[in-house]
Order: sequence, then C-alpha cells, then structure tokens
Amino acid sequence: MSFAPFKTLSAPTLVLTTQNIDTDQIIPARFLTTTSRKGLGKLAFHDWRYDEEGNMSDHPLNSDAAKACQILVAGHNFGCGSSREHAPWALMDYGFRAVISSEIADIFHANALKNGFLPIVIETSAHEWLLDHPGADVTIDLEKCEVRLPKNGGIYPFKIDPFSRHCLLQGQDELDYLLGQDEVISAHEAKHV
Amino acid sequence: MPKSLFDKVWDRHVVTAETRERPATLFIDLHLIHEVTTPQAFTVLRERGLKVRRPDLTLATIDHSTPTLLNADGTRPYVSVQAEKQVDLLLANTAEHGITTHGWDSPYRGIVHVMGPELGATQPGMTIVCGDSHTATHGAFGALAFGIGTTQVGHVLASQCILMRKPKSMCVHVDGELADGVSAKDVILAIIAKIGVGGGTGHVIEYRGSCFENMNMSERMTVCNMSIEAGARAGMIAPDATTVAYFEDKVMAPVNLEQAAADWLSLASDPDCRYDKKVHLNAADIKPMVTYGTHPGMAMPIDGLVPDDDAQALAYMDMQAGAAIAGTKVDRVFIGSCTNSRIEDFRTAAKILAGKTVADSVTAVFVPGSEQVKTAAEAEGLHDIFLAAGVQWREPGCSMCIGMNGDIGKPGDLIVSTSNRNFEGRQGPGVRTVLASPATAAASAIAGVITDARNLSKRGLS
Repeated sequence: MSFAPFKTLSAPTLVLTTQNIDTDQIIPARFLTTTSRKGLGKLAFHDWRYDEEGNMSDHPLNSDAAKACQILVAGHNFGCGSSREHAPWALMDYGFRAVISSEIADIFHANALKNGFLPIVIETSAHEWLLDHPGADVTIDLEKCEVRLPKNGGIYPFKIDPFSRHCLLQGQDELDYLLGQDEVISAHEAKHV
Repeated sequence: MPKSLFDKVWDRHVVTAETRERPATLFIDLHLIHEVTTPQAFTVLRERGLKVRRPDLTLATIDHSTPTLLNADGTRPYVSVQAEKQVDLLLANTAEHGITTHGWDSPYRGIVHVMGPELGATQPGMTIVCGDSHTATHGAFGALAFGIGTTQVGHVLASQCILMRKPKSMCVHVDGELADGVSAKDVILAIIAKIGVGGGTGHVIEYRGSCFENMNMSERMTVCNMSIEAGARAGMIAPDATTVAYFEDKVMAPVNLEQAAADWLSLASDPDCRYDKKVHLNAADIKPMVTYGTHPGMAMPIDGLVPDDDAQALAYMDMQAGAAIAGTKVDRVFIGSCTNSRIEDFRTAAKILAGKTVADSVTAVFVPGSEQVKTAAEAEGLHDIFLAAGVQWREPGCSMCIGMNGDIGKPGDLIVSTSNRNFEGRQGPGVRTVLASPATAAASAIAGVITDARNLSKRGLS
C-alpha cells in the first residue's frame, strides 16, 4: 500500500501536554473489532472527546481550530502501550500528518512511518517551546530533516532512519523492497531448515 | 568480540545486513496471529495477489474478541456483531491460506502468548513476532520476540521477514532470593517502577541474575511479558536446564530434544559481553507491588504510602497522596491475561482462597489463559475452590485485560487485576485498574480491600 509523499508540511499545531499518552487513549480497545483501516478519525482520543453518553466535550480536539492542525505536539513518551496500528490510522484519519514529542514509543514509531505519518523526536528546548505555544505555525521539512518554528524561533534538526525517509519522500511502502529480496530470503531458508 | 544472548539470536536471523541506507532484513521463525491485528494485512495480500510465504511458520488462534461465557444453548454471547465477524474472518483467512489455527474446537486454543509456549511452538533462539505488544512474553525462552503493527504483519505473511535496525541492549540484573510471598509479577513491577515506563525505549532487555535463574518458566514469562511496559520491545532470559526441561511434554518440541538443547544452551551471553545500559536491583529489597496510577511505572510496595505524583493520575484513580494504599476498597478482581493466567497462577490463588469466600461487595472473575490451563486447573480441582468461594470461572481468552469482548467494569469501579496495563479506561471507561500479583488479587477478593496476602491471617480472615 502506498501513501501520499511527505516532503514539507506547514501547519498550525495542536498541543496535548499530557505525558505518556498511551494507545488506549489514542483509540480505546473496544473499537478494535473493526476489520478496516478506514474511518477511525472519529474514534481518535474518543474518551477525551466524548462523555459516557456520547456528548462532545469542550476538549481542544473538538474545537473548530483543530480542523486545520495537521501537526500534533504531545508530552514525553507518546504512543506507549500496544502495537495497534489503529493508533496512527486514527490520527491520520482525524487529520494529523505528524507528531512531535521528546520521546516516542518504539512500536508506535515504526507503525507511524509505515503509513506516511511522521513521528519526530525533537530536543527538549524546542519541545518545551512547542508545548507552550499551541496553534503555532510550524514547518516540517523532511528533505532537510528540520523543524522550523515561527518568527525566527529557530531551526531544529531531527533524526530519521534514511530508508524510512526515502519511503516517505517517495510515498513508497516497504513491501516491494522486501518482495524484491526473494532470492536472498530463499537462500537463508535453504541454509536454516 | 563477546556476544550477548540478543546478539547471537539477532545474528542468526540476518538475511541482509543493516547499512546506513537501509535496515536489516530479519528472518522470522514463528509468526503468531490473532483476529484483531490481521484482517487489514490479509486484505493487502488479497489486493496485491500475494500468497502467505510460509504458512508452516505461521500459527493462529482467537483470543481478544472472544466471549468468555457460554449461552445455555451452547452459543457464544459476542459483545457485537462486529466482534463475531472479526473472529469468523480470522478463521476464513487462515483456512484460505492453509495456516494451522487453534479455533473453537481446538484443545489448545488460548491467549496467543500462553498457547505458543504450551504447544512448544515457542523455542529458544527463535525470532518470534505477533501483532501484539506482549509478544515479549516468549523472550522467557531465550527467543527474540516482539510486537509488530498490522503493516508488518502483512510483510511477514508475504515475505517471512521484517525490516528493522538492531535495537540497543540493556541488562537488568537482579540477584538474591525473593522473600516469601513475593512473586515474579512483583519483580517486574519493581523493575518498571525503577527504570520508568519509557526507560527501555529503543532497547532489548536481557534479565540476568540468580533471581531469574531460580524462576520456573511461567514466572519468567510473567517477567518478559511486561518488558514492553518499560518501553522495551523485547525482554530475554538465557535458556538453561529449566528451559530445556519445559519441553519434555510439549507437542511441538524438537524430536531430538538433547541435540536441540546443546544448541540452546550455547546461546547464553558470553562473559564480558557489552550492554548499552545496565540496571541492578536486589531481590531481597522487592516487596509485593501494586500500581497506584495510570501507567505501569506508577507502582509501589503494597505496604507503602501513595506518593505525591502526577495529580491528574491520582485524581483519575481517586487516590490520596500520603495515604496507605492497602485498605482501599475493591469492586472487582480479575485473575487472567497473558501476564498471569497460567496454571501456577491459579494454584497460588487457590491456596489463598481455599475454604474462604469472596467479599460480598466484590465481583471476582478468573479467566484461564488457555484450554490446556483450564483443563489442568479443573483436573486439580482448583475450579471447585474458586466456585465455592464465589468466583466466576470462565472460558479462556484475553477478557478483562483489554475488555474487547465486553468483559469490562463499570465507571468508577476499582479492579485489582493481574493483567499488564492500568491505562485510563483500559478495563472500561472510567474504570480504575490496580495491577497486582495473583496472590494480592486473591487476598483482595476475600478482604474486599487491597490486601497484602502475607497479612491475611493477621487480619483474622484465616
């Protein structure tokens, strides 16, 4: 499955300052009986956005301004917990294309990259600035691997696996690359029966 | 260069080595699958006209969305039509692709991480993946086992490989003897409390020291299971004589166990091997542990006072900083999950519950990890003890650990649970989860409040 290429993204941020936001917050487990990857945006952060009767709360995620926010800024250790890929699917369907934090959990990080959703770990000073400035107009430049804060707020580099970066820039999924290794995989299989 | 257990298992499975430009291609020996994280992967195969490369290395079961009750007419009360469809789809997909599946009619069906080891499918030195973060459990056998997302489930189905850069390594060393009444669950909660919920991010943990050497395989699985709750994708323990002995009665054990064992034992870390990070704990310092907050790192000794921590978490849990946690009112008790649903866990609970009854104010639900655990427990008469005590003894599955099948609490309920996650809403919207060992859970069920099992007799309840 391919996805839209990711080169640069300029958008206002939506800020969730909570630390250790786990995948059960991003999409509660009771919604995982779906057999599709589509339409999960309405379930993103469901229990923060709706009360037990299903009424919408006044959470920032429900505001009109949130609709334009394609960059999520989150507290330390975002995405901890389960391996559910429904988490990045829900965030993307909600409208986000990237998340910035000071730490991002491993499995969420891997899942995000495989869907063209960019997880960015940034240095603490820039992270703190972003947490303090919800709605800031931020530019993410994947070609240069940098985050540019508004009003000369600074340019901050981020690291990304070069292969994942290549796939994101091209909008390419990794399966073709793996299938292209059929011969070496067969050789490995023959050697390790 | 001296190699660690992790290095040795990793190196054996590298198909294409990692370079600056690309991750390693890693061969997978065992792909465990279940109904929740596979439907979209099979859809991709279908859309692209691909086959499952190695159905013989793929093993399926149904556990997450499955009911743990039976209707009087033998039908199953699914929480929703969608849950039933998801289970049926797994069965249809695996039938289409020729994948061995332990479904409703199998005597081996169970929580995927309980079933794999019980069958002997999980073996030392293997690479094992599953679309489930608690795949770390299998590391107890000296396998490199970790959770993957659905896209990677598709990659493994199609190519039997994943693309991955080698994680860093971390050694968690625990030496000494555990005090009476302190279990493997208490050890791993103490470790997570020490290194933090993100302390293992980017690392594979190896658990070393006499504390783990003295544990049986069930206890080692409890420890490795929760590696992910410290952020580590995988946790491993070197195979030893205890590991080898486990395979003597397993249906999928190697035909020549002695020959396999010689290889398994060679996997132990070389002396002086290097780790990126090291942590030490003394076994004697570890007490029975419970969580007081909303992630597994917020754990404390059961005889302690609630720390002055994250106000939002304490407010959600309705816990007061400075108050004793023992004595907190309990509404439900759950013994089950891939962390603590094996026969040893139910033996511990039965010892405490024998001749006692669950407090009137408590609903206690015990869910065996597999059909094999259920059968063994019933053969030993453990279920008679539970039923006499007023416990609900259910059909195997993930049940109240994740609540996908509708086994959840009511908003505000406090559940003492032997599972692995106490995130907000994990066991139902508004439900407060306290993670604990089977002994603490059983004692708390009797007393109706969070109770240190070692104090039961002192409370006049024996």
